[in-house]
Amino acid sequence: MRKYSIFAVAREAMRYHAGWEKAWRSPVPKKKYKAVIIGAGGHGLATAYYLGKVHGITDVAIVEKGWLGGGNTGRNTTIIRSNYLQDASAAIFDKALQLYEGLSQDLNYNVMFSPRGLLMLAQSEHEMRGYKRTVYANDLQGVSTRWIDRDEVRALVPIINIDGPRYPVLGALYQERGGTARHDAVAWGYARACSAMGMDIIQQCEVTGIRTQNGTVAGIDTTKGAIECETLSIVTAGHSSVLADMAGFRLPLESVALQAWVSEPVKPCMDMVVMANLVHGYMSQSDKGEMVIGGGTDGFNNYTQRGSWHHVEETTRALVETFPIISRLKMLRQWGGIVDMTGDRSPILSATPIKNVFVNCGWGTGGFKAIPGSGWAMAELVARGTPGPLAADFGLNRFREGRFIDESVAAGVAH
Amino acid sequence: MLILTCPYCGIRAEETELHAGGEAHLKRFGPGASDAEFETYLFARKNPKGVHFERWRHSAGCGKWFLAARCTATLEVFGTYSAQTTQPPKHILDAIKAKRPNWEGLV
Ligand SMILES: Cc1cc2nc3c(=O)[nH]c(=O)nc-3n(C[C@H](O)[C@H](O)[C@H](O)COP(=O)(O)OP(=O)(O)OC[C@H]3O[C@@H](n4cnc5c(N)ncnc54)[C@H](O)[C@@H]3O)c2cc1C
Ligand SMILES: [Zn+2]
Repeated sequence: MRKYSIFAVAREAMRYHAGWEKAWRSPVPKKKYKAVIIGAGGHGLATAYYLGKVHGITDVAIVEKGWLGGGNTGRNTTIIRSNYLQDASAAIFDKALQLYEGLSQDLNYNVMFSPRGLLMLAQSEHEMRGYKRTVYANDLQGVSTRWIDRDEVRALVPIINIDGPRYPVLGALYQERGGTARHDAVAWGYARACSAMGMDIIQQCEVTGIRTQNGTVAGIDTTKGAIECETLSIVTAGHSSVLADMAGFRLPLESVALQAWVSEPVKPCMDMVVMANLVHGYMSQSDKGEMVIGGGTDGFNNYTQRGSWHHVEETTRALVETFPIISRLKMLRQWGGIVDMTGDRSPILSATPIKNVFVNCGWGTGGFKAIPGSGWAMAELVARGTPGPLAADFGLNRFREGRFIDESVAAGVAH
Repeated sequence: MLILTCPYCGIRAEETELHAGGEAHLKRFGPGASDAEFETYLFARKNPKGVHFERWRHSAGCGKWFLAARCTATLEVFGTYSAQTTQPPKHILDAIKAKRPNWEGLV
């Protein structure tokens, strides 16, 4: 793989850009791999990357039914933060944030990480108390966040209607290191790095069956034939239950639709991410100038990647009240993704009832920000067969033991 | 937009008038059950891509819980029925089989 650099740009400029090579190979699958990963979203690709980089395992295939990054990774609103309440969450999300801070250099691929700062508005007395509690928890966890009052909110984001009338802003939980990154670039950067290590990314290849022998994984059936493997990682977000069913077990997940939409581009007017969880809306401005907007999930099981109309209306209505400036904006695009929700709104990184089958799922509405940390922890789990410190609390056994990592009460909205 | 007919009051209600309540026909376990049984009852879900039996409440109407059979891959509704049953009634199963001949049945 040729390195991307200013010299490469100069060299290519001299020859009509004819020398750029493909970012990744598209090989035919081999008969057998040491590790097979199902799902070439951010989490699957990051798992593969750290398997190679940290654990020296490069005999890896990543099998994807569509195109890489075409699932939730390419459909999310790219909010990155690590201001969670529980210690286990703070550890893995902050690991992810730390890795994001150096990711473009590490991958030699510009993921456009933009730590522009993130505000979670408190618009009720309860939220205010909740966020102050989060600030104290974050302090103990070594995650820097702070509580700011309404005047500081006004100074940071002048387009917010601080006074209400319905939901006046009382202050905000502020994480200066939070922000956004380019979602596609995260998938593409990891894919390029994996391919360069000799891993095979096999797109347009749907997994249709999981083969086991005496309770241990033997391989998978795919639309491109059977593939044997020593370990299998299921990293398929909204489709995790479908894959688990192929292996003969069930997961504590429900798949529901989550939507996002963007406005026509306008001049820069808001240089941070603002989340208004009470009214279930959040917004940031993309580099192109579009206002990127998201809201809450639908309540019912759904695999159609289409969400319900009333959520668009409710979220937009709430945000127009908070940001009156957007009331005349035209919305350009709307789309949906299928998110995998757990009861405690925390992810699952775990061994399963089938030996050498591992799952990484349950990231629900908020897993983009976790991609590097999740891949790191998952690689450790797959390479060693037992979880390291980051994944240890996120096993499936927590449901049996009643040891939840409750972020649903803590956040309300979990993007 | 999802529209379901409440089997009690016969009203066609759209989703903002309804409240989704998750998988139906779960086998309940109580005191004396094993940890595994209780875990399965509380948390393990089929979450199928296809035919799904689920609980709904006519929250902005009569307020009662009812059950529905629906396809999560197409959003097609096969029918709704009373919650006072442990099994889907025959007319619902027939409606599903007519449209999904390869359906594996309620497992
Ligand atoms: C609208 C929306 C907004 C969001 N906003 C945010 C946000 O602001 N911040 C944040 O942190 N998170 C956000 N999220 C959540 C985030 O997008 C996800 O948690 C994350 O992208 C999950 O990544 P993944 O790699 O696990 O899944 P995916 O990217 O969905 O990848 C899974 C892959 O598995 C493949 N697959 C499925 N079945 C099979 C099969 N049988 N065979 C082969 N391949 C298969 C799929 O095609 C897919 O590519 C949002 C999600 C949505 C939908
Ligand atoms: Zn009714």
